[in-house]
Order: sequence, then structure tokens, then C-alpha cells
Amino acid sequence: MKEILEGSHAVAEATRLCRPEVIAAYPITPQTHIVEALAQMVADCRLQSEYICVESEFSALSACLGASAAGSRTYSATTSQGLALMFEVCFNVAGMRLPIVMTIANRAMSAPLSIWNDQQDSIALRDSGWIQLYAEDNQEALDLHILAYRVCEDHDILLPAFVCFDGFILTHTYEPVDMPSQEEVDAYLPAFNPYQKLDAKDPISFGMYATPDYYLEFRYENQRAMLRTKEAIRKYGALFGEQFGRDYSGLIEGYKLEDAETAIIAMGSICGTVKDAIDEMRADGKKVGLLKIRCYRPFPDEEIASALSHIKTVAVLDKNVSLGSKGAVALEVKDALYGSSIDVYDYILGLGGRDIRKKDIKAIVDLAEKGSGDMFYGLREELL
Amino acid sequence: MGFFLRELRIHGRGGQGSVTAAELIAVAAFQGGVFAQAFPAFGVERRGAPVQAFVRFSDEKIRLRSQVYEPDYIIVQDSTLIADINVFAGMKAGGVAIINTEKTGGYSAPDGVSIITIDATIIALEEIGLPITNTALMGAFAAATGEIEFSALEDALRGRFEGKLADTNIKASQRAYEMIKGGSA
Repeated sequence: MKEILEGSHAVAEATRLCRPEVIAAYPITPQTHIVEALAQMVADCRLQSEYICVESEFSALSACLGASAAGSRTYSATTSQGLALMFEVCFNVAGMRLPIVMTIANRAMSAPLSIWNDQQDSIALRDSGWIQLYAEDNQEALDLHILAYRVCEDHDILLPAFVCFDGFILTHTYEPVDMPSQEEVDAYLPAFNPYQKLDAKDPISFGMYATPDYYLEFRYENQRAMLRTKEAIRKYGALFGEQFGRDYSGLIEGYKLEDAETAIIAMGSICGTVKDAIDEMRADGKKVGLLKIRCYRPFPDEEIASALSHIKTVAVLDKNVSLGSKGAVALEVKDALYGSSIDVYDYILGLGGRDIRKKDIKAIVDLAEKGSGDMFYGLREELL
Repeated sequence: MGFFLRELRIHGRGGQGSVTAAELIAVAAFQGGVFAQAFPAFGVERRGAPVQAFVRFSDEKIRLRSQVYEPDYIIVQDSTLIADINVFAGMKAGGVAIINTEKTGGYSAPDGVSIITIDATIIALEEIGLPITNTALMGAFAAATGEIEFSALEDALRGRFEGKLADTNIKASQRAYEMIKGGSA
């Protein structure tokens, strides 16, 4: 049913439809309306779930870890500093192969203190073993939660996932979404069937000691599961399309890319502004297209190389920076395109909530086509 | 992009309900079959600080995520902001500026922009008993622009507020709506 609501509430409703059995969250800044809405749903008996109000984000994800190991479908949501406090637990969850789904309302990292949007928080966890999906709008944000549980809980995968959507730009925006019914979600997402779980009658341990004789193989298995995730997303994303009419089988998505000479690569809500800018540039005769990365982990390297084989110039928009190196997305795009004759330029932009307009996208395309890039875009020189 | 994309920028101070106004205008527009998008300017949230909130209206899905720089409409909840901020910045010709003030004129808007003044504070004080002007100004916006139906606005207010609070806010909204419709503001 089409309805209009805030992005955070849309994600809370989608989470409710996924029937998480345990939710753990720390309800203080930085947090979103998501867990507040879920707490209300539990209090109102709209959602049958164990809601654990913990004392820190470290505890929130630790509670999810335990509950997931005990065989429950679990959920949490966090952002920026909260995610940073979960750092250690994130690696443990992935290493124990627990299919937890967590929303990341992307926000900048302190210091200096910023509550505003960029994607530094989840990018900083790129090596933690969590699948990372990025939403362009609130419809995609809510849909990706349903998809994520389906993918993560597949016994060939058993990995956790971040569903990332831009803080404020999406979390605080009212816009229409098509909210699936409980029956539709139940038909798509079966009850969690853990591969193994903690059971006092049949004791096992998770996350045990791995000596140098074993550790390497554990990491290799994690990597293999992550790479298998590509196929699982294709499969369950296509199934999602069949059931809900919105296809998510692509790890990437092209917009007017087929005949483009210049491609913009971006993740998250900025893709909408890019699409509008592309329409205007096309009207002026410029052959520009967008390659949107929906799945950042696993990284769609082969998919990107194949989609861009005809492109001359690529402008990567990074709402993050790997300090001392480049933007994290550009680094891997360059790796994916290694050996090709495509010029790839990186633009670090929008950090800490700096607004990005259509004219900025057009200016970046001009810069890339002139061979100027690998820069922070939009710097206020007078402050430097 | 669709056949139309119109934009509203609301200027207020923290605590005046600018964000709520943007949300409820979007809800009312959505009920009228329009794709609407409402979002706040992400400033420092504290009582009295200048805040902005935005609404876009289109016949098609809105993809644009930047803030509103060239509005068709503005609502100014507190006319003392005009001394500090260029609330008219970027307004399109043919646009409408709705200003909460006891004055009836004296504002210089860009060419082609019409100014509608209304004493929403008095309406709010008389109907709600508090100087919270957002609902009255929503009624004025509906009357001045036709972007939303009053009945849809009433439904949106009823969806957000309960009981007497809904009644008084709807009354404030309706009074402003009728004043602007009747040209007696």
C-alpha cells in the first residue's frame, strides 16, 4: 500500500514486517527514530519481539550476537560513533557467521563533532566481514532490509549485513513508499532456520580459539561466503522483483549508461540528484550516465568492469575518505578497471553534510572530462 | 523529471513547528495524488535558532535530494528573521511569500513575487492558546497556493494531533484559510 512517512519510520515498519525476535539498541544520540518506533511497536503489541534496551552500542550488538547464536532473528540500528563503538563486535559477528541485519543511518565521524551525513562510518567497517548495501531512496531502504534477511540467512551465506541509508537526507525525509503487507513479506522471507545454534542439551561454542594452524582457513571461508553473496543477491533480488515488482538482482544499477561516454559512480541518496543532473546534461547533448553501487560488500568489481567497458571517463563520488590515500570507492573502482584505458577520477564530497546540488554534479563531469580530479570537491579555499 | 516540480521553503525558529508544517503539507499533498517530499534543513536543533524545512511537489517521483534554493513558495513563521536572513533568496517569479506578521506590508520581495501577510500569531493565540503558528500558516498556504486541499490538510492534522489539540489546530488552520480565501487578511 502506498503511504507517506518518514524514512526512519519506513525502515522501522519494514523491520517489523521481517519479524525480528530480538532487537537491541541504545536509544541516545547518535540514534534515529527507527529504534524508537520499534520500541513503540513492541509496547503496542504490533510486534512480538524481545526489545533489549542496553547501556551502549557495544552492548547492543553484543546482545544481538548472543541472541543470534541462540537461534533468533535479530536486529539493531546505529550510526557514526555508535557504529564505531561496535567495531570489535562487528568482527566477531561476521567471524561467527551470524546473520544479523543492522541499519546504518550514515553519518560523519567525529572529530570535529558532526551529526550530519556522509558515509565514513560504514566505509570504516568495510573490512569487518559484513555485507554492505546502500539505498538511494526510502523505498529502496525498506526493501533492502527484507532482501538482506533473505540473503544473510541462506545457509550458503550466513553473514551479517549493514543496510546503509543516508542520515537526515533519507532518515528524516517524508516521501511516499509502497509498504508491503505482512502476508507478502511472509511469503518471501521464511522464518529463521539457524544452521546451528546454542543449545544447552547439545552444547557447542561459537568464536573459539583458532591457532595459526586454523585461523587462515577460517578467514578464507569468510571470504568465500562473501563472494558467494553476489550470486545470492542476484537470486533473491530477482525473487524480490517477482514478488514485489521491484528488482534488486543487480549489485550495481546503470542509468543512461548504455551510450554514455562519461560515467559517474556513486552510492546512496546522491544517486537521485545525479540522475536529475544527467537528464539536464543529456538535454544539452552530453553523453553522461550513472553507475550506482547498491552492494559495496562484496564489491562488484567484475560487474563494474563489464558495465563500463565502452566508457572513456569515470568520475567517482566518494562521501568518505581513506585519509592518506583516496576515497574508498574510487580505490576499488581503479582496481576493478586496472589495465583498461578508462580515466578514473575521484571526487571526495559532501562530507559532514555539505549539500550537493545538480550544478555540482555538472561541474564534476566537466572537471573529469578535462582530466582534473582526485580532489576534495567544493573546498572553501578561504578557510584553508 | 515530471511535468511540474514546485518547491516550498519554510523559515522559522526552533520550536515553531516548521518541520511539522513541512511534513503535514507533504502528507496533505500526497493525499491529493501528488508525489511530495518533505525534509528539514539539518541545522542545530534548539529553541529559537533559525530553522528551515522544505517541501517539493511533483507529478512524478522526486529524486532530487539537495536543499531548496529557488523556491516557488516561502512561508516565514517569524518576521523578525527577515532582518537577519534573506528569506526571499532565489525565489522564482510568480512565487508566493506568506509572512506571519501584524504588519500589512512594507516588505520588498523580488520582482514577480507576491507577498501575503497574515497575523498567524493572533490566530494561534486565540484558537490554540499558544503562539505556535505553523498550523495557521498551513491553512494560509493551502488558500494562497492551491497546492493542497483544505480537507486533506484537516485529515493530516487529525492524523498528527489528538482530540482537542487537533480541533484547535484545525480551527486555527481553517480561520487562516478562510481569511486568505476571502482576501481579508
